[in-house]
Amino acid sequence: MISFVLRRLASAVPTLFIVVTISFFLMRFAPGGPFNLERPLPPQTMANLMATYHLDQPLWNQYLTYISNAVTGDFGPSYIYKDNTVAELIGKGLPYSIQLGSYALLLALIGGVLAGTLAALRQNSVLDFLIMSVSTVGVTVPNFVVGPVLTLVFAVVLAWLPAGSWGDGSLRFLILPMVALALPQLAVFARLTRGSMIEALHTDHIRTARAYGLPPRVVVVTHAMRAAMLPVVSYLAPAAAALLTGSAVVETIFTIPGVGRYFVLGAINRDYTLVMGTVVLIAIFVIVFNLVVDILYGLLDPRVRHD
Amino acid sequence: MTDSRETILAVRNLKVSFSTPDGTVEAVKGIDLDVKAGETLAVVGESGSGKSQTMMGIMGLLAGNGTVTGSAKYRGQELVGLPLKALNHVRGEKITMIFQEPMTSLDPLYTIGRQIAEPIVHHRGGTFKQARTRVLELLELVGIPEPKRRIDSYPHELSGGQRQRVMIAMALANDPDILIADEPTTALDVTIQAQILDLLNSLQAKFGMAVVLITHDLGIVRHFASRVAVMRRGEVVETGATTNIFERPQADYTKLLLAAEPRGRKEPPANTAPIVLEGANVAVDYATGGGLFGSSAGVFRAVDGVSIRLREGQTIGIVGESGSGKSTLGRALLRLIPSSGRYRFGATNISDFSRSAMRPLRRQLQLVFQDPYGSLSPRQTVGEIVTEGLYVHEPQLSRAERDKRAIEALKEVGLDPAARNRYPHEFSGGQRQRIAIARAIILKPKVVILDEPTSALDRSVQGQVIDLLRALQKANGLSYIFISHDLSVIKAMSDYVVVMKNGRIVEEGDTDAIFEAPRESYTQTLMSAAFTA
Repeated sequence: MISFVLRRLASAVPTLFIVVTISFFLMRFAPGGPFNLERPLPPQTMANLMATYHLDQPLWNQYLTYISNAVTGDFGPSYIYKDNTVAELIGKGLPYSIQLGSYALLLALIGGVLAGTLAALRQNSVLDFLIMSVSTVGVTVPNFVVGPVLTLVFAVVLAWLPAGSWGDGSLRFLILPMVALALPQLAVFARLTRGSMIEALHTDHIRTARAYGLPPRVVVVTHAMRAAMLPVVSYLAPAAAALLTGSAVVETIFTIPGVGRYFVLGAINRDYTLVMGTVVLIAIFVIVFNLVVDILYGLLDPRVRHD
Repeated sequence: MTDSRETILAVRNLKVSFSTPDGTVEAVKGIDLDVKAGETLAVVGESGSGKSQTMMGIMGLLAGNGTVTGSAKYRGQELVGLPLKALNHVRGEKITMIFQEPMTSLDPLYTIGRQIAEPIVHHRGGTFKQARTRVLELLELVGIPEPKRRIDSYPHELSGGQRQRVMIAMALANDPDILIADEPTTALDVTIQAQILDLLNSLQAKFGMAVVLITHDLGIVRHFASRVAVMRRGEVVETGATTNIFERPQADYTKLLLAAEPRGRKEPPANTAPIVLEGANVAVDYATGGGLFGSSAGVFRAVDGVSIRLREGQTIGIVGESGSGKSTLGRALLRLIPSSGRYRFGATNISDFSRSAMRPLRRQLQLVFQDPYGSLSPRQTVGEIVTEGLYVHEPQLSRAERDKRAIEALKEVGLDPAARNRYPHEFSGGQRQRIAIARAIILKPKVVILDEPTSALDRSVQGQVIDLLRALQKANGLSYIFISHDLSVIKAMSDYVVVMKNGRIVEEGDTDAIFEAPRESYTQTLMSAAFTA
C-alpha cells in the first residue's frame, strides 16, 4: 500500500511538469499581454514594465526561469495585484475556497447518493421522475442563474439568510453559496448513483441475497449500494478538485474571498503568473484526489486491491 | 414408495407472466407440482420451458415485470402473495436455492465466510463472529480444502467448482427443508459437475432435505432424481418416477427429448485415405502478466507438443475441460495464431507460411464457433454473412452467381433460402448455427474445425445440428476437427478421439476404443463423470 502511494506520488512529478509546460506556452501564445490596456501605455513605460518582469527575454529563457523558481515554491509576482506574489494570493484565498468547497462536496455527495438510491429503488415511479427532472435542472441551469435566484428568494424576499459575504464564516453565511456550488455536482452524483444502483440491483448476487431472505435494508445497503458506489467514487476526484479550488461565479455572486476568481481574472488579464499558479493548484488537487479515489476503490473492491 | 411420503410443497395452477412492450408473455401456464419430503424431483425442459421461472415465481424472485398467480403451499403456508417479511422467514431458512452461475451468484465484494454467515445471522440471530464456527463446519462439509484459510477468501480467488460448493454451504446453513438447485452444474466442467452432484447427493442422504433439481441434462436426471416432471412451453407434460419416464415415456415430447440424446456412430475412413491436414509438435505460448512497462512477463504454454493427423473424410474429436488447450490447438492448426511446430496442408508444407501466403488456402480451411449469437454480425443480412467469404476467395463471381451459391448453401443446411434477406436476431440458436455452417461450406472447404458448435444449443436442436454436420460431411467429403467438452456429442460425431489436459494429449485412439476401454485414469474419470447412468 505504502509503495503504491509512493509510486503514484512519484509519477505525479512528470504529470505536473507536463501540465505546467503546456499551460505556460498556451498562455503565451494567446494574443495580448498583462499590460495591454484599453488606453495603450506610452512605449517607454511599456518597455520598462516588460524589463521589470523579464518579459522582454526570449520565451525559452522565461520558461526555464519560471520552472526553476517554481521548483523552489516561488511562483512569481502577480501582474495585476501588484503588491502580492501569487503564492500569497492563493495562500490567502484558498482556506475560504476549501472550507466552502468541502461543505458543498459533502452536500453533493450525501444528497446525490440518497436521491439517486431512492430513484433507483422506485424506478419509473413519480418519485424517480421527479428526482431525475430536478437533477436535469441542476445540471443544465448554470449557477450564475441559481445563485441570484437563491439570493432573491432566501435573502431578499424571505430574508432568512444573508445575501452574501463571508461574514463571520458561520454556516448561515455559507448556506446559499454552498447550495449554488453543490447543485450541479449533486445532480451528477444522483444520476450516477441511480444508474449504477439499478444495474447493481439486477445482478445475480442480489438475487442470491433475496433468495436467502435477507431483509431489504441489508440487500440494498450492504450488497447493492457498495457495488453501486464504485462509479460514484470514481467521479469523486474531478468533483472534489472542482469544488475545493473554488468557483469564480459563485465566489463573485456571494462575494467570497476565495481563489476561484483568480483563474478567470488571471486569464482575462493575461496575468501569466497568476494563471500558472492556479493551474498548478488545480493539477495538484486533481492528482491528490485521484490517488485518494484509487485507495478508496481498493478498499471497496477486493478485486482491485493494491499491493 | 415415494408416494407414501408427505407432500411439503404443493403447487397448484401456478402461472407466471411477464409484461413486455409486445404484450403479456405467459412463461408458466398454470402448472401443478408436488415436492415430497426428502425426495429428489427433477424438473426437466429445454430453454424457455418455464422450469426456472416456476421456481423464481414461488420464491418471489421474478424480475420486476413478472407476476405470479395461483398457489404454492409450503407445509400448508401459502407462498404466493405472502408479504415480504413473512416470505423472508421461509427463504434462506426453510427453502434455499443454488444457481447456475457460480461465478456471479456470490457478491464479489465480501468474503465467502461473511456471505455464508449472513443467512445464519439473519435467521438464527447472533453475531458474525459467533457464526464463524458454523461456517467453518459448513466449508468442511462441502469439501473446501483448508477452510480456516479459505473462509476469508473472496469469490474471485476461488474456482467455479469451489464457488458452487460455497453456494451449497450457504444453502445448507440453516438445515433447509427443500433445496432448489437451478442448473447447478451447467456452467462447470464435466469432472467438476460429477463432484458437485455427488456432493449434493451425499448431503441429501445425510440431512434428508428434498431437492428440486432444475436441469436440461437428462443424464443428470437419470442418475440423481427419484421423480421427474417434464416441462414444455410453460406446461408440465408428464410427471412420474424416473425409471418410468425413461423406460415408458407417455407424452410425445418426452419421447422426443429422450430420442434427442446424440446417437449413432461414424465409420472411420480407410487407412489409405490421404492426409489433408497435419500438425506435428504443435506448441502455443501465451505471455502472462506484465503491463505496458512489463516487468518480467511470464509465459504460459497453452498447447505443449501436440501432433495430430487428419485424413480425408475423418472426424477427429478433441475432448478436454476448459483450459485444456483444445480451442487453441484448433486455431494453431489453421495457422490463425502464432505457434511453433510443423504443419502440412495436403502435400504443401505450410509451416512457414505468412498471413498473406495462407490467404488463398483459407477457403479450404474453415472454422465454426460455439456462440451462434456472438459470431454473426447483427447488422448484416444472412445473405451478406453467408456470401462474405466469396468476395475474398471468388471475386470473379457475378451478383447473380453469388446469390445462387447462397441459396444452395442455405438449402444444404436446411434453411429456407428466403432467409437471405433477414437478420440474425430473427433466428433461433439452432438456426443461427446453421447460418454459421452455411457461411463455412459455401466456400467448399476441405477441412472444417468445429469449436463447440453444439454447446450453446438445447439437446433436441443439438441432435439436428449433428445430423446436419454428418450429412454435409458425407455429401462433400469434408474432414472435421470437432472440439467439445461434451462426450456424448463427441461419441456421435467422431471416428477418432484425442483427450487433452493441460495442453498435452493424455490419450488418443479410435472412438470405440476410447469410450469402451479408456486406458488413462484421467480419461476414465471423464467417462464416468459424463456417463454416470
